[in-house]
Amino acid sequence: MFGWEFPPFSKGGLGTACHGLTRGLTNHGAEVTFVLPKAPKDADGGHVKLLKANNLKLWHSLKIKQVDSLLTEYVSSKVYDERAEGYLHHVRADGGEKLYGEDLHGEVWRYGKVAGLIAKHEDHDVIHAHDWMSFQAGMEAKKHSGKPLVVHVHATEFDRTGGHNINEYVYNLEKEGMNAADRVVTVSDYTKQMVVNKYGIDPGKVEVVHNAVEFTHFEAESKIDDGDKVVLFLGRITIQKGPDWFLYAAKRVLEKYPDVKFVFAGEGDMEAMIINKAAELGMADKVLFSGFLKGPDIDRAYKMANLYVMPSVSEPFGITPLEAMRNGTPVLMSKQSGVSEVVQHCLKCDFWDVDEMANMMTSVLQYGALQEQLAENGGQEVLKFNWDKPAAKCLELYDQICGGGGHG
Amino acid sequence: MVDVCFYFQVHQPIRLAKYSVFDIGKKSRYWDDKKNKEVMEKVARKCYLPTNTLIHDLVKQGKMKAAYSITGTAIEQFEEYAPHVLHSFQELADSGGVEFLGETYYHSLSYLFSKNEFREQVRKHEKLIKKHFGQKPKVFRNTELIFNNELGKYIEDMGYKGMIAEGASHILGWRSPNFVYKSVGSEKMKLLLKNYKLSDDIAFRFSDKGWKDHPLSCEKFAKWCDMAEGDSINLFMDYETFGEHQWADTGIFNFLKGLPDALSHKGIGFKLPSEVLESDAKDTVDYHNFVSWADVERDVSAWMGNKIQDSALEHLYKMEKMVKKSKDKTLVNDWRKLTTSDHFYYMCTKWFNDGDVHKYFNPYDSPYEGYIAFMNVLQDMKVRLEKNENKGILKNMPLLKATNVFK
Repeated sequence: MFGWEFPPFSKGGLGTACHGLTRGLTNHGAEVTFVLPKAPKDADGGHVKLLKANNLKLWHSLKIKQVDSLLTEYVSSKVYDERAEGYLHHVRADGGEKLYGEDLHGEVWRYGKVAGLIAKHEDHDVIHAHDWMSFQAGMEAKKHSGKPLVVHVHATEFDRTGGHNINEYVYNLEKEGMNAADRVVTVSDYTKQMVVNKYGIDPGKVEVVHNAVEFTHFEAESKIDDGDKVVLFLGRITIQKGPDWFLYAAKRVLEKYPDVKFVFAGEGDMEAMIINKAAELGMADKVLFSGFLKGPDIDRAYKMANLYVMPSVSEPFGITPLEAMRNGTPVLMSKQSGVSEVVQHCLKCDFWDVDEMANMMTSVLQYGALQEQLAENGGQEVLKFNWDKPAAKCLELYDQICGGGGHG
Repeated sequence: MVDVCFYFQVHQPIRLAKYSVFDIGKKSRYWDDKKNKEVMEKVARKCYLPTNTLIHDLVKQGKMKAAYSITGTAIEQFEEYAPHVLHSFQELADSGGVEFLGETYYHSLSYLFSKNEFREQVRKHEKLIKKHFGQKPKVFRNTELIFNNELGKYIEDMGYKGMIAEGASHILGWRSPNFVYKSVGSEKMKLLLKNYKLSDDIAFRFSDKGWKDHPLSCEKFAKWCDMAEGDSINLFMDYETFGEHQWADTGIFNFLKGLPDALSHKGIGFKLPSEVLESDAKDTVDYHNFVSWADVERDVSAWMGNKIQDSALEHLYKMEKMVKKSKDKTLVNDWRKLTTSDHFYYMCTKWFNDGDVHKYFNPYDSPYEGYIAFMNVLQDMKVRLEKNENKGILKNMPLLKATNVFK
């Protein structure tokens, strides 16, 4: 299996999903080799030790392979260039050897080459590649081993960019990967439509496997209550996630319900814009920024909130609502999301419908019974979204493309 | 010899439109006129008009009798959107074989929350029935057949001779629903109990291809009736069964049309509820807890019991005194339209996962949205009350903490 992030070193839903899916697969008795491109000397350098140290150790059958690379999730081409430059500078200063590709294109290519080598030496029945940066790796592996390829689409370039300034290189690679694959897995019907309509993929080849959520970290904790209620945004502060829509709705909520704070948990390229906009709208004291959260801090943030809002403009799936529900927090999500296809006990609105979003936010804040009922029913409903089901679906798919043979 | 007693429930709620917190204090028209009109026109076309014509013919030929309970909210909407439907019910009333029952004007749960309001709604409904159909109801049916002993006594004291209730197995035990009973605490008032098995064969199972007795012919049904003993087989159901729940292409109209002859071959005739009540009570039955005809539970959990339902009901009935004190007729009527049980049915989360019948009849995307609209409307009514020179009193009314008063 080829991915590019894996907890605890993940910045978003992709790593979480890969973690959950692989756990589900190994629970079903499958053997998974997970290949990651990751630079050993970057800021996250200590992760090898950490992988050994914590619960990954329990996964007897899951081997973690690591490929040196500067690739991490959610880097734009520009960020990558900067990072590569910094790294190269560092390497040169050290008098070390140049180990890394100098741009994202080269990096993806290099990851692919290494993947080909791995495919030669690692025994496997199926190749499963997650999102575009690993598609090349998947294709190279298929070239070397001749095993069937599944590409798993967690997000498309259209989701990441909100449909503006599509990066052609990324788009082409996504399309190439899907064309080369024996099967395409999407995380929702919403994404399936995207893959069919925008990439021209045969719908018969596309299988929808909805994401799920893990319950291992679950611990009951009571709500923090310090007067003001809290509405939470948790995710990257980027155009895809709709932080601006959230802010505009927050502004309207304050007209009706002043005793509330709006918390942004996450970071991203729109952070400064949101901070400035909040000040401009005269609500600087009502909007807080917690920065990037991970691990137990995420669950704490959900528990602290009276309402979690996922206002995404385009969300292929969206695991965060499930995480909120797992923590007994009511959820309001945009209808432009895969998760809204499967969750019932929550509120849903269009991301652009600021008035309706504000109406729902205000209602949860002022009608205690609504908050309680959503928390109660959501907390029950989320239990059915465990990773066993999606993993079983993948295994079924493997069986199909391996001609009914064993899976791996 | 047993007879058949048909009673049909005719009801349409006046549905709320989406109502945002930002509408509070700005918009006091709450109803989804477009949707209400659409539904009324659709059901009139598919059910009310063709079924009325059919039954009118059968009654005129002396083959059938039937009882109706028509809610005030349905009649108001006939007048507004489908006057020809009201007219056809009036023709039925004139046919000589049709009886009209009493109920709450607004198809409400008021008996559970305010006896005072309940009584007023029953009287208001009686007046309406008298006005349109020239009858004074002698037999009462409460919303969704919600019934207990205490209600029986209350209705007896209001002058009714009989009442209709669900023939629930857990109450009857080995006893048959086909006899006339009395409930504990009533002196003279008699009970007619729904034969839910035979009623549901028509109302729910008629078009179910997985049912072993599908397709259901008149002859087969008549044979089952013939096997029964008692005073009457009480077939109680929503009128919308004909043409709306069971579409015309299921053959439901042919079934209804052929049934009287098939029954008559077996020597079975029809009786109206007030005629059945002339028989002596066979036994006394104990409806200690509330029983209804809804869901498998046959209780009131479709309308109350979850947090949002209880909160909405509590806030609604808390406003009663204030609303009535205002003497503002529009306000009182608006408030009363909110007592219609359907609003709380939409908020049911009991079976929300299974996408069942609750969802089918729900005009909202979710029970939560139903609650939001309802609560926002209540807030607006409070604003209107405040404007109605009741200032001061309401300011002290706390913003309503949900405490569960029903458990």
